[in-house]
Order: sequence, then C-alpha cells, then structure tokens
Amino acid sequence: MFTLKVNGQAQQFDGDPTMPLLWYLRDELGLTGTKFGCGVAACGACTVHIDGEAVRACRTAISDVNGKSVTTIEGLDPEGNHPVQKAWREVNVPQCGYCQAGQIMQASALLKQTPHPTDAEIDNAMYGNICRCGTYQRIRAAIKQASGA
Amino acid sequence: MTKIVRELSASGIENVSRRGVLQGLFATGGLVLAVSLAPTKYALAADAPKWGADGMPHGTVNDPRTFVSIAPDGTVSIVCSRSEMGQGVRTGIPLIVADEMEADWSKVKIVQAPGDEVKYGNQDTDGSRSTRHFIKPMRQIGAAARMMLEEAAAKRWNVPVAEVEASNSEILHKASGKKLSYGEIAAEAAKLDVPATDKLRLKDPSKFRYIGKEGTHLVDGFDISTGRAKYGQDIRLPGTKYAVIARPPVMGGKVVSFDATEAKKVPGFVAIVEIPAPTFPLAFQPSGGIAVVADNTWAAMKARDALIIKWDDGPHASYDSAAYRTAMEETARKPGVSLRKEGDFAGAMASADKKVEGDYYIPHIAHATMEPPAASCQIVDGKAEVWTSVQSPQAAHDLVTKYLGFKPEDVTVHVTLLGGGFGRRSKPDFAVEAALVSKGIGGKPVKVVWTREDDIHNGFYHTVSAEHLEAGLDKDGKVIAWRHNSVAPTIFSLFAADPKHEAALEQGMGLTDNPFDVKNVSIENGEAEAHTKIGWFRSVSNIPHAFAIQSFTAELAAAAGKDMKSFILDLIGPPRIVNIAGMVKEFWDYGENPEVHPVDTARLRGVIELATEKAGWGRKLAPGHGLGLAVHRSFVTYVATVVEVAVDEKGAIKIPRVDVAVDCGPTVNPDRVRSQMEGAVIMGLGIAMMSEISFKDGKVQQSNFDDYQVLRIGDAPRETHVHIVPHGYDIPLGGVGEPGVPPVAPAMLNAVFAATGKRIRALPLRQQVSKA
Repeated sequence: MFTLKVNGQAQQFDGDPTMPLLWYLRDELGLTGTKFGCGVAACGACTVHIDGEAVRACRTAISDVNGKSVTTIEGLDPEGNHPVQKAWREVNVPQCGYCQAGQIMQASALLKQTPHPTDAEIDNAMYGNICRCGTYQRIRAAIKQASGA
Repeated sequence: MTKIVRELSASGIENVSRRGVLQGLFATGGLVLAVSLAPTKYALAADAPKWGADGMPHGTVNDPRTFVSIAPDGTVSIVCSRSEMGQGVRTGIPLIVADEMEADWSKVKIVQAPGDEVKYGNQDTDGSRSTRHFIKPMRQIGAAARMMLEEAAAKRWNVPVAEVEASNSEILHKASGKKLSYGEIAAEAAKLDVPATDKLRLKDPSKFRYIGKEGTHLVDGFDISTGRAKYGQDIRLPGTKYAVIARPPVMGGKVVSFDATEAKKVPGFVAIVEIPAPTFPLAFQPSGGIAVVADNTWAAMKARDALIIKWDDGPHASYDSAAYRTAMEETARKPGVSLRKEGDFAGAMASADKKVEGDYYIPHIAHATMEPPAASCQIVDGKAEVWTSVQSPQAAHDLVTKYLGFKPEDVTVHVTLLGGGFGRRSKPDFAVEAALVSKGIGGKPVKVVWTREDDIHNGFYHTVSAEHLEAGLDKDGKVIAWRHNSVAPTIFSLFAADPKHEAALEQGMGLTDNPFDVKNVSIENGEAEAHTKIGWFRSVSNIPHAFAIQSFTAELAAAAGKDMKSFILDLIGPPRIVNIAGMVKEFWDYGENPEVHPVDTARLRGVIELATEKAGWGRKLAPGHGLGLAVHRSFVTYVATVVEVAVDEKGAIKIPRVDVAVDCGPTVNPDRVRSQMEGAVIMGLGIAMMSEISFKDGKVQQSNFDDYQVLRIGDAPRETHVHIVPHGYDIPLGGVGEPGVPPVAPAMLNAVFAATGKRIRALPLRQQVSKA
C-alpha cells in the first residue's frame, strides 16, 4: 500500500508498485492533463512536480513517490491562473497544446528556483521538453513575461 | 492534351481514374448543398472541372441551421467541422462566422462536429485547405444568420428590415432607439427561411471586427493551459479497458503463431484480441497483430512485453534504406520518364559555358506527433461510437463501418483535439483498431493506446527521395538548360499495386510547377518501388523538391560567381503568370483553378524582396556566420526564408535569426499565420539537421525521441521574424499550415555553405560540418 498526496488530496494505491506515476495519474485518478509522450523521459510531456521539483512521471515508479506530494497541471493553481498559465494564454503559446502542460510544469518549476532566468537558463531548463509544433520562441517569451522581465 | 487532376483527400478519393480503385473501400455517397465556386469559363462544359472546395468530397455546406445556434442567454454556438491539430482552426473558422453575423466573440462557444460530411461538407483536414476553402461558406453562414436575426427583429417591431442593424450581438433600430439582444430574438429568427445564397449581403471587409485583426486569443487556450483539454489519448469512457497492440515489425508481415501464457499472468490482464492482417493495397488498414487488453495501460504494456510471437516478415523483409539510397541515386542519374519538356536540353548543354550537377537526398521522416495515436470505442446495441484524434473523421467513419459491417448510420466518430497531425492523422488505422478490439471484447469500452515506439515503428513515413539536377550556364552566368530527375516512392503505393512513379499531385509539389525562366527544360521521374508505408507529411513532396531546387540554385549562383538573391531573381525572371497547365502532362495545383490561383512570379519575387530586406541580406556578418535564402510556392502560397547560421570552430551550429516572408493572400487570424510559420521553421530545421528514419531487414531502426531526433528549444533559432505580405480580400486565400516548411532546409543549408564553404546535399546535416 502506497500513500501519497496528489494536488493536496491524500491517495492510496495497492496495485503494481512498478506502475509509473504517469499511468497512476491518468488511468487510476483520471488526471489526464499529465500527458504520455514517450515513456522514456525523453520528451517532458508528463512533467509533474514532486515535492516542488519538476520530474518526469513516465519514469517515476509509484513506489518512489510513497509519502510524497505530487502536483499536476490540474493542481498548479486552483483557478488556472498561475503566472505561467496566464502568460501562456497571453502570448498564445500553444499550437496543438499536447506538450504544453509539461512545458508549463517545467517552466513553473524553473521560475520557482530562478525567478529571473537568462535566455541560456531558460533553454537549459526547457531542453528536455519537446514541442513538435515548434512553439519554442513563444515558450521563451511567455517565461520571460511570467518572470516579470 | 493536359489531363486535369483535381483533388486528393485523406478519404482516399482523388481523380477519376483512381476513384475506381478506391471505391470499394471508401465510397460514401450522399448529396449536399454545396456552394458553387466554379468559374464561369467552365460552367457550361458537360464535365466542368470542379476546383477548390467544390472538388473535394461533399464540397461545403452553407446552411446556418447546421452550424449556428443561439441560446436565450445570448451564447452563440458555432460548429467547427474541421479538426484542430494546432493550426488554429477552432479559433479561425468560427471567427469568420462570428464576424459576419456580428456576434460578440466573447459570447461564442465552439462545438466540434463528429464525422459527417453529408451534413457538414468536407472534413478532411489536410492540404492546408481549411481557411481557403471555408472562408466563403462560413461568411455566407454568418451573413445568413445575421439577416435572419435582423428580419425577426424588424417583424417584432413592425418596421422595415432596412431600418434595423445587427451589431455585436444586438439588433438596433436607430429611429426608435430600440434594442434586442441575439438571445432575445433567436427563437423567432430560427423560424424564418434561410435567405438564398445570391441574396446574402456580405459585410464590407472594412467592417470586419475580427477577420484579419490582431488580438484574438485561442478558444482552447484556457483548457490547454490548465490540463482540461482532451485529446484522443485522454478519453476515458466509464468502465473502459486499455489496449496496446503488438504489430508486425515489417510492413506486410503476419503473425505465424503466438503464445500468451505469460501475458495472461500479468495482474490486470483482460483479453487477447487478434487483429487481422491487412490486404494489399494497404490504404489505411491497420497493420494487424495481437492486441492485449488490460485494466490499465501499464498492465497492457507489461502483458504485451510478455507475449511470444512468431512473425512472418513477408515480402519487404530485406528493405535496407542504405542500399535503397544507392539504387535510387543511380536511377536518378539515368533518364527518367519525361514529365515536362521545353526546348532542347541536350543541345543547350552542349553549348553551355559551364555545366553544374548535383545530387540531393532526403531520408524517410516520421511525423512523431506529440500525442501518439489513440482511439476509444464502445459498441452498444449494434451501434459503435469512436472517440479519436483524426484529421479525417469521415474516412475513420467509413473504414470503421466497413470493418464492423455496420450500417453507416450506426457508427459515430467523435473528434477530440489532435495532439499534432502533420498528415499522420489523415490515416485512421488506429480508429479501426479500437473498433476491432471493442468488438473482440463484446463491445465493451476500450482505448487503444500507441506508445512512442509503436508510432515510430508503424508510421506512414515521408517519402525517401533522390533528386538529380543538371544545368548549363552561358558565359554571362545565365541558366540556359535545366534538367531535374526526381526519384521517390509514391504515396499511391498505399492505394495501387506498386505504381513506381510519383503521382500528379506529387509532381505538382514543386517539381513540374517550377516557374524558372529557362528555355531548355527536361523534368523527369525515375522508377522507385515502395517498401514501407509512404504517407503525407506536412508539405509532402515539396520538401525534397524544394530542398534540391533551392540548394542547386545556390550552387549555380556560386558557380556563376553571383549573389543568390540576384541570381534567383534572374532565374525566376520578370513578373508574369506562368502557365504550368500548358507545360505538363498531368496538371495538379492543390486542386485549385489555375485562373484563380495562377503561378505568379511577381508574388514569388515579392517574398524574396521582403524576406531579404527584413533579414538585412548583404549585411556584414560576424566571422563564422552565413546567410542562406530559399523560396518556394506551395499550397498556392509563396514563402521565402532567410536563415542566419553561426558555425563555431568545432563546427557546432547555432541559428541566431530566421526571417520568413509569406504571401498567402489575405488572412483571417494573422497570429496563427505567424505561429504556423514559426512552427514550420522548427520542423524544417529538424528535417535539415537531425531527423531520419532508416530501415534494416525491413524494420525501422529508430524507436523513440532518443534516437529519432527532433529539434529542441536549445537548437531553435534565437529569433524568428514572420513578415506577412498585406492583401485586401479581393484575392483568394492560400494555404498556411504547410507552405512554411519547404524553404527552411535549403535556406539553412545554403547558410551553412555561406558560412563554411561546405555544401550539404544529403539530409540530415548531423555532424557533416563538425570538426570535433
């Protein structure tokens, strides 16, 4: 039996301990905002926060989050108005949008740690998040906007 | 005489000759109220060609009752019948309706149509067609709705309709100062007849509130930024099971035998469902294989890993893309089938002062949409419902109907958001898989999930190509002879037994529609057999054709000792209309009428001038920097791209700046034109620099984003500037989703040449200029 917090709510799970957090969130809890993109931590679409740090849920076994606190895109802000989410909308970042939850979770973790990132710090932090539509320029602009730059 | 080839759609219907081949699988039937766009010249001919939207299956529908409804609270629901894959269609198409009907955009709600082309008109969302084909019927729908609201208000007030005016979701009567909101009068308006199309009063474009304006936010922006947006992968039907499928590792392979003993021991295992092997030609049939159904995706994946399957790899088990490349390049250097011929190429070459040749190669590419394919299905009381992310919901509907043996009215295909499309989701094989798996478990709800490996291994890949070009220059450096032999397996290998030659629509993508001002021309096509599934990939055959032509042009400029910009302007020649239809054996120009969308060299020259001016062409560059230019017309839109590269002493490449000039006619949502060009630059640079699918023993050698590489943020240009050529609404719109892609790779490699002197003729670039 594993216990964890997801978006502030206590959860228990007594299934396969090797199940990645990604599938626990999506299939068991119905939190489909966390996306499946690659399954090998190569694209960042499944990025969530575990105790405040950006982590790839597809390569994190449920047993590894026992006792920890997970935040998904659904729990980033109760009204969906985290500064990064607002900036994303103002800049019209998304195209298809599929990768954007992961991008936003990565970007919000970056800004928590580095409130005013340089261009290089943005590119470094976001390097693991692929956007196949090619919204990188607007991702950079939205991060800058959210940082108050 | 030139044969007119009209349109090809993802529902597999193309010109008349192919229709016979495809009818059994895809015929849909039915009649719709189509808006006529046929030009008068053809109106009287017995078999008048149908162009544009009219040439597409089921045309367009302009009945406001199908597309618009208004609630008593004033909420205006507008149906979007095209699939949203990031191009912005769910924002742009309803925006047209809202503007024409004077609806307050803040009160508009979008309703996504299921697959039903009889009701909604063509829904095949590819070919960069949505806005250019639907602006007219959507304006008509909006105008009709506005006129009905005005008429209803005039009736209620008992005043002449000419005295009332719709404005921003209200009807006003100026003389009396009376006002009615749309919600208050909608029920009465709905009872009126829809005005005849020829009686519609369209807005003067100067009165547009939203069309062509800045400041429009995405209708799905909030849902996407909060994780609420639902894609095919995100559908969870109550009680749903989850399935993954072990598919043949080689196209045309079959299951010989399998052992599921260990798979059945995985906790959560539910069932095995065998997916039948397809018949050939393949079209969009699933590949066959063994489906594993489980209580969750993870259990399904684990159980699939535990399957033991003996495969017969079939007739393509020896496909080796390296050997195939050598064979294609040999073919390209020999004479091909003539597609277009003017003057005397051989004679002109004999008299040329300088002869130049070049061979260009592009490998297979995978779409690798961020959302791997997925579909859900359940079958209740003999009726199937499918939820999936497809570009062609009607094709999905028809194929599911055929596989289940149901009546068409007993199958519904609901369209979710698409996590990227790029042509991959024009093929609804995964929707059929979901239907077959659901059927196999007694109709229970199930979601078929593709992993990234499934996606990379079972794609419909962009064609591999070898392009051979030769040209002769006279003593002034002017091109007097031009030969281009293109060799690439055709997409039509999906639909016919080994056609071996590029189809008209592939030839027309930058090969035979080359507008250069050269007297002696030979355009040819050599044979190539397909050994894997070849499919549409964003901008399709324009990618290899533009890469070869624009790279070779820069090579010719260098050989002539001239600057690329002035050289290509000379090569294009003076502003004029080029009558491609009169030059080629088979004419195809994106299904469009050449009189409405002629090949106009003034516009081609215009985007070159704009892109180079904005990029500062000719400016002094830092050491190691280079500028490259390429220009290409595709999807009846003109795009020129200038890429600046910076190559360091080790050969590592950065891209400080890209400028894109686009002439797509007038725009509906300029922000989405820019975003499509920005995205096309990223995709084009990925193709130029790193993306490749290769085959060995018939199997794809890549598996995931670790070995199938795509552009990441750190490789992206520091700045991309998009410059839109302004136009009024007196000329037709061009495509936007695809035409940004073709010029990117050649512009980038031309810049690499300018910076390093090294000419890259085979993609991807990878480490070819690296000195490490």
